[in-house]
Amino acid sequence: MIRFALKRILFAIPLLFAIATATFFLMRLAPGDPLDMYLEPQRQQQVDVEVIELLRAKYGLDQPIHVQYVRWLGNVAQGDFGESFRHRRPVSDLIVEAVPYTLQLTVLAVIFDALIGISLGIISAVKQYSIWDKAVTLGSLVIYAIPGFWLALMLVLIFSVNLGWFPTSQTRSMDYEFLSLTAKIWDRLWHLALPVFVLGIASAAGTARYMRNKLLDVLSEDYVIAARARGHSEPFVIVKHALRNALIPIVTIYGMSLPFLLGGATIIETIFGWPGMGRLAVGGVSGRDYPLIMATTLIAAVLTVLGNLLADITYAWVDPRVSYDGQKRV
Amino acid sequence: MLIDVQNLRSHFFLDEGVLKAVDDVSFSIEEKETVALVGESGCGKTIVALSFLDLIPSPGRVVGGRILLEGEDLRAMSATQMRRVRGRQIGLIFQEPGAALNPVQTVGGQVADVLKLHRALTRHEARAEAVKLLGDVGIADPERWAGAYPFELSGGMQQRALIATAIAGRPKLLIADEPTTALDPTVQAEILDLLRHLQDEHDMALLLITHDIGVVAEMADRMMVMYTGKILETGDVRSLFKDARHPYTQGLLGSVPQLGAGRDDPLRGIPGAVPDFLELPRGCTFHPRCDLAEDVCLSSFPPIRGIAPNRSCACHMVA
Amino acid sequence: MAFVPGLGHLVLGRTTRGAHLLTVAWAGAGVLAWRSERVFAAFASRAIDEWIASLFLLGSLLFVVVYSRWDVGRLLTGGDEPSVVGKGPWQVASRRFRANTLAVASAYMIVILYVVAVLTPLLAPYDPAAIDNVLQTRYLAPSGAHLFGTDEFGRDLFTRALYGARVSLSIGLLAMLLSKSIGTTYGAVAAYFGGAVDAVLMRMVDVVIAFPTFYLMLMLVGVFEANIVLIVLILGLTSWPGTARYIRGEILSLKEQGFSEAARAIGLPPRLIIIRHLIPSALSPVLVSAALSVAGMIGAEAGLSFLGLGIRPPTPSWGNMVSAGQDAMLVAWWVAFFPGALLALTLVSFSLLADGIRDALDPKVLMRRFV
Repeated sequence: MIRFALKRILFAIPLLFAIATATFFLMRLAPGDPLDMYLEPQRQQQVDVEVIELLRAKYGLDQPIHVQYVRWLGNVAQGDFGESFRHRRPVSDLIVEAVPYTLQLTVLAVIFDALIGISLGIISAVKQYSIWDKAVTLGSLVIYAIPGFWLALMLVLIFSVNLGWFPTSQTRSMDYEFLSLTAKIWDRLWHLALPVFVLGIASAAGTARYMRNKLLDVLSEDYVIAARARGHSEPFVIVKHALRNALIPIVTIYGMSLPFLLGGATIIETIFGWPGMGRLAVGGVSGRDYPLIMATTLIAAVLTVLGNLLADITYAWVDPRVSYDGQKRV
Repeated sequence: MLIDVQNLRSHFFLDEGVLKAVDDVSFSIEEKETVALVGESGCGKTIVALSFLDLIPSPGRVVGGRILLEGEDLRAMSATQMRRVRGRQIGLIFQEPGAALNPVQTVGGQVADVLKLHRALTRHEARAEAVKLLGDVGIADPERWAGAYPFELSGGMQQRALIATAIAGRPKLLIADEPTTALDPTVQAEILDLLRHLQDEHDMALLLITHDIGVVAEMADRMMVMYTGKILETGDVRSLFKDARHPYTQGLLGSVPQLGAGRDDPLRGIPGAVPDFLELPRGCTFHPRCDLAEDVCLSSFPPIRGIAPNRSCACHMVA
Repeated sequence: MAFVPGLGHLVLGRTTRGAHLLTVAWAGAGVLAWRSERVFAAFASRAIDEWIASLFLLGSLLFVVVYSRWDVGRLLTGGDEPSVVGKGPWQVASRRFRANTLAVASAYMIVILYVVAVLTPLLAPYDPAAIDNVLQTRYLAPSGAHLFGTDEFGRDLFTRALYGARVSLSIGLLAMLLSKSIGTTYGAVAAYFGGAVDAVLMRMVDVVIAFPTFYLMLMLVGVFEANIVLIVLILGLTSWPGTARYIRGEILSLKEQGFSEAARAIGLPPRLIIIRHLIPSALSPVLVSAALSVAGMIGAEAGLSFLGLGIRPPTPSWGNMVSAGQDAMLVAWWVAFFPGALLALTLVSFSLLADGIRDALDPKVLMRRFV
């Protein structure tokens, strides 16, 4: 097991390296001078040529590209992503500040997704063809297909603007500082409710469908019929035989949700004015803030690789059939 | 009589039509008897087996007839009563043992589960008894293999393990659906020996479902020949082999290659192919492939009639 | 009577075909009558989309009339339909699909959406960019004159939604085609050559796949200025790896199954075998994935445009229209509602269609372990 994990980690390293390289050179493809964006606020023409040259030297932009590349790699390995053009602060600081906000949303959303999605999927499969099943199948398809930002806006329209049950945006109320501790917690939760719900319900819909399909596949397998033939009760058969098999792919998918934890809430954050990683990244892109863009993209890619790794390892751990070289034995 | 099946009907309700997988099948099984249900692949034999335990997957279900187990009609039972029959009165084993075992649970665990269920053993007792049972079915070094997963076992061992789960509840009848078809010939013989041994040990009746005439010859006391969901001929194995009356049975028996036959003796098959269940020929469903077919054969399906003591046949052309 | 498309079929008892032809004919004739000036004025203009719209309309009408006559004639002279119901895999699949009402309805919906998108220059009640008398026309609620209301500049939202449909729907379709073609070719090449070539190509796929698609799109969009062509390219170029991996897997498994040996034994060139066997078996998931992919592309473009990074105003795209509506939600809910609703409708239709195709072609839906 350990050997398997180590092997996979070893394979991941050149991949990470390739990703960093790809990110760097993709950014350099951009038309225009990176410095333009930096100077945007001050209107380039009015800045002295000398100042421009100084800035260029400061950011190492006057060096040949391979030198820049190596320097950047070295910095990144030490956690230094440079300074954001727009915010004039180290990128790593910005990211560290933004991450907790995003995690609040995404972790809660994942929990919501798992609880609701898996249960609905199971109920739907076990009671196949019933009203319940049809409702879940159709409902989850619709919710999954609807664009998240529109769903969010419509929910805000109904529940915030019209009914006033929830706040329209922000992480906390204006008078937060003056609230008692319990009130503070409630306030936070109250603000979290709508964004987490939107985020969670869409992925729960996907999970429900996936769970349903996997469970239906398993329920038609011979060993389920064989288990019933031995006299086991239906709940026993479903839990001990069907679910134990059907949950395996689901569990590994949650391993892969690592990148989601930091990047999946991009649109939701933008709508609700939530100061998380997603909004940071979007701001970076629209502001042509190269160091920020590079950092967020790189982190997202690294998390994806790690997520896949986690998923693979979890899969091998949970399914006894998967041998140590990752091959599945029947 | 241990088992008395009367006019069993099991249909599948598909978009394309109603598929009559089992169409008015009747037979009986005595205690400790070995009865073979014979027919080509796709004639409905497996559905007969599943009908016993009400395990036909939708869109199929049993629609008519009675299945009497020691006088009690299985079809009239509630779900709870049926669950007590499964595994405890009637056991079932499958063609592909690897697929019939839970892939993520140890073999010993699966046997132990049945023991806990039907013999009310505690966890420890069940584990010990499971090991013993695995030994009884011929698995060497059962202590070690009890902790193994199905994929680690060979085909023969998987079938033995499956048999162990099926008889753990000490059923009076074991239904074996093509138990050896997926196995190597040498292993086949071993499994058949095992089944016979278990029958003696536990006074068990055996309903053997197969398309392999050789297996029938070796194991069965009586046999029933099935075709497109109906029984065409029944009788004790010896007399049927010597003197089959139904043209289909004759064709089946005649098509088995004989050791010692010359190289130039042609292999005889039955002309034509098994018809699609959704487009069965009218009258006797066998008539398109039958040499003896007359007009009456196209108009009605022959009723099954006794033609001798312990022999019956469903053919217009057989007296 | 022969000149009225569809009538002949109805009389002969071929109701579905008759009904289809009749509807298309009447709809087309209706549009022609209603917008006759525009239809013919289009040929004088230089805008290519007006040409396309008019040609499409006139061409379809012509086709329907001619086909109808030809088909009726064919049916009258002895017909062709064998009484035996088709049992081949395609017939079974198409029958199952047609039995699935939701899927069929979605298919119609999608066709209608695309046809309307093509005919937009003829159908649109207003000019999408026309701005006049802003103070009087801004933020008008939906009404008879303005089906979807007006936006902050007084532009008719129904018209803008139609033009937005063109943008979103065509981007979705083109990006999907791009992604599928690149993916299939790449995967086929990798599988065909195998060995070192395969290894290198697949490593590159690993790198691209490692980037979460949306972030990759985000980054590329930030790097390059966005316009329709570029968006199509970006969307297409970020999504092909999935298809590549799948196609490669399918071809490799066929190779393993000894198709080449078998083919050579019969004397058939392996290429033919691959085409004749790969296509039917691999087609089902590819079709399903294509339908889902269009939905994905439309959704991705909408998301990017919503964030202000995709299609920028004033070019209407459903995404940027919703975004514009977000600011006005308190006073004019319709600005955000309608484009989003159309978007949702389109995406749901594609999903239902994909599900329908999958169910129709799925052999597992039939009884397993039968008798």
